[in-house]
Amino acid sequence: MASRLMALWDWFDSRMPSVAEEWRKHAAEYYAPKNFNFWYYFGVLSMLVLVIQIVSGIFLTMNYKPDAGLAFGSVEYIMRDVPGGWIIRYIHSTGASAFFVVVYLHMFRALLYGSHKEPRELIWIFGVLIYLSLMAEAFLGYLLPWGQMSYWGAQVIVNLFGVIPFIGPDIALWIRGDYVVSDATLNRFFALHVIAIPLVLLGLVVAHILALHDMGSNNPDGIEIKKTKDANGKPLDGIPFHPYYTVKDTVGAIVFLAIFAIVMFFMPELGGYFLEHNNFIPADPLKTPEHIAPLWYFTPFYSILRAVPPLFNSQFPGVLAMGIAVLILFFLPWLDRSPVKSIRYRGAYYKGALALFVVAFLILGYLGIEPTTVWGQFSATEGSMMDRVLDTKDRATWVARLCTILYFAFFILMPWYTAKDKTKPVPDRVTM
Amino acid sequence: MSEQKKVDKTRRNLVVATTVVGGAASVGAAVPFVASMLPSERAKAAGAPVEVDISSIAPGEMKVFEWRGKPVWVIRRTQEMLASLKTVTGKLTDPGSKDSTQPEYAKNEYRSLKPDVVVMEGVCTHLGCSPQMKPADAKDEMGADWGGGFYCACHGSKFDLAGRVFRGAPAPTNLVVPPYQFLSDSKLLIGDDTKGA
Repeated sequence: MASRLMALWDWFDSRMPSVAEEWRKHAAEYYAPKNFNFWYYFGVLSMLVLVIQIVSGIFLTMNYKPDAGLAFGSVEYIMRDVPGGWIIRYIHSTGASAFFVVVYLHMFRALLYGSHKEPRELIWIFGVLIYLSLMAEAFLGYLLPWGQMSYWGAQVIVNLFGVIPFIGPDIALWIRGDYVVSDATLNRFFALHVIAIPLVLLGLVVAHILALHDMGSNNPDGIEIKKTKDANGKPLDGIPFHPYYTVKDTVGAIVFLAIFAIVMFFMPELGGYFLEHNNFIPADPLKTPEHIAPLWYFTPFYSILRAVPPLFNSQFPGVLAMGIAVLILFFLPWLDRSPVKSIRYRGAYYKGALALFVVAFLILGYLGIEPTTVWGQFSATEGSMMDRVLDTKDRATWVARLCTILYFAFFILMPWYTAKDKTKPVPDRVTM
Repeated sequence: MSEQKKVDKTRRNLVVATTVVGGAASVGAAVPFVASMLPSERAKAAGAPVEVDISSIAPGEMKVFEWRGKPVWVIRRTQEMLASLKTVTGKLTDPGSKDSTQPEYAKNEYRSLKPDVVVMEGVCTHLGCSPQMKPADAKDEMGADWGGGFYCACHGSKFDLAGRVFRGAPAPTNLVVPPYQFLSDSKLLIGDDTKGA
């Protein structure tokens, strides 16, 4: 039997040798640094979530109707009447948030260990493009249940394009395909969410991994393992991705899936953070919900939008600030002038800047979920300095402004503080 | 070597010409796809004016009607409400409605044809949420000097009872007043202000 299988494989291999060749190149003989740690799980977990989303998405489309009159009802139909429908939908909705969790951690890993730095700039750029596509995919998909948050979220985000000077209103009209968010908008968002963006995402993921495997993986020490090779030309600090990292990643995947399952089964709405309460009300174009906020993964940028006051009678500055907040990521490899990659060998400036950046990002994320008046209840002592300077209702806005400044300062001052930083000597070989 | 370096001009021109023609064809081929995403004829035709009955709106009350898929508010303002408009002018971004969108006949201190009945699109000029009416007694929430108006929960813009935006709000201009006319004291036509419609 075994020899028959081997013969079959030989027959296949002699006719299509590139399968075995690619396997060797990308798995069996892809040498990854031996000192990967916890932070190196999130790339492979992003791929896992991508697969989960594609598979669960395919099955959702079998019962979903992209029609303004039927969409909300078809989602409820999936939840109540389709056998197993509720679990497929919760897989997809939990997967959307899980995607951003693992991608944010994956991006943070790059900031920790300098994975964006030369020679891996292209990998970083493809990564930011993946992040942008993911934002588009999440936004487009969020309209589909046609609930109140779907509708008003789409209304606000499409109108963001409308404030671009001169061409904005026409762009917004073109995106909606109608004068308001309507059936036409829903139908095209469905097409983009189900076909267009997933294809782009898959292409970008392939580019991201090919670029990675050409340069080789970075590691927690930020050392190029290709510099020290043995007599056979294999990196001394490298181990084959398969079986070493396939096994390690399987363990990570199991833990991840266990957490995923707990959320999916016991708290699929996660207190309104994964599925917002108002989205269980059908879309009503005449009434905006009392409080609307985007899902948690967009709220840091939403806070930046709200924090920037209008200038010259135009809300464009706020929208521009929000756009730049995302696009500035593309320039990170060139803003970072540090001679070392890993945070282990960087000085206090970068460590401090990164810590401040993370805190500012988290506070912005929190404030974006809450109404602008969130801290109004903590009124300052009557007649105190605080009370005179700041209206209590505006306090959250001022904190958001401060955090917005910190967010941008992290990038804009980076060429200065990374160059000035006192770095430590980097060893020749990785440490374990 | 010299042979390889020499470029065959005719062939090079042919390559350039093919690229240019092919590029133009690709752009041409994209036109119908891009155009297909513009509003359809049906969507364009859906903007017909709507006739509404306002006789049931009591003084101080607001009713919401749908026109072109947007909320249109009709409010019958009381004398106190109209008086509040005069007290807030100093705090407004565009008190005279110079930079705002409204028909010529609504470009006055009340922003309406008749002082008491105001017709406005209930769509925030910031990013298109629909603000909520906050009456004068919502002072707890809106501040001690609140004289009644509208509050947009999305990004915190505030408007007075004529839809004029307060300074310091993200919305840049006053709420839009659509074209409208009175067919009788109780009937209003929203979306058309031409005589004999």
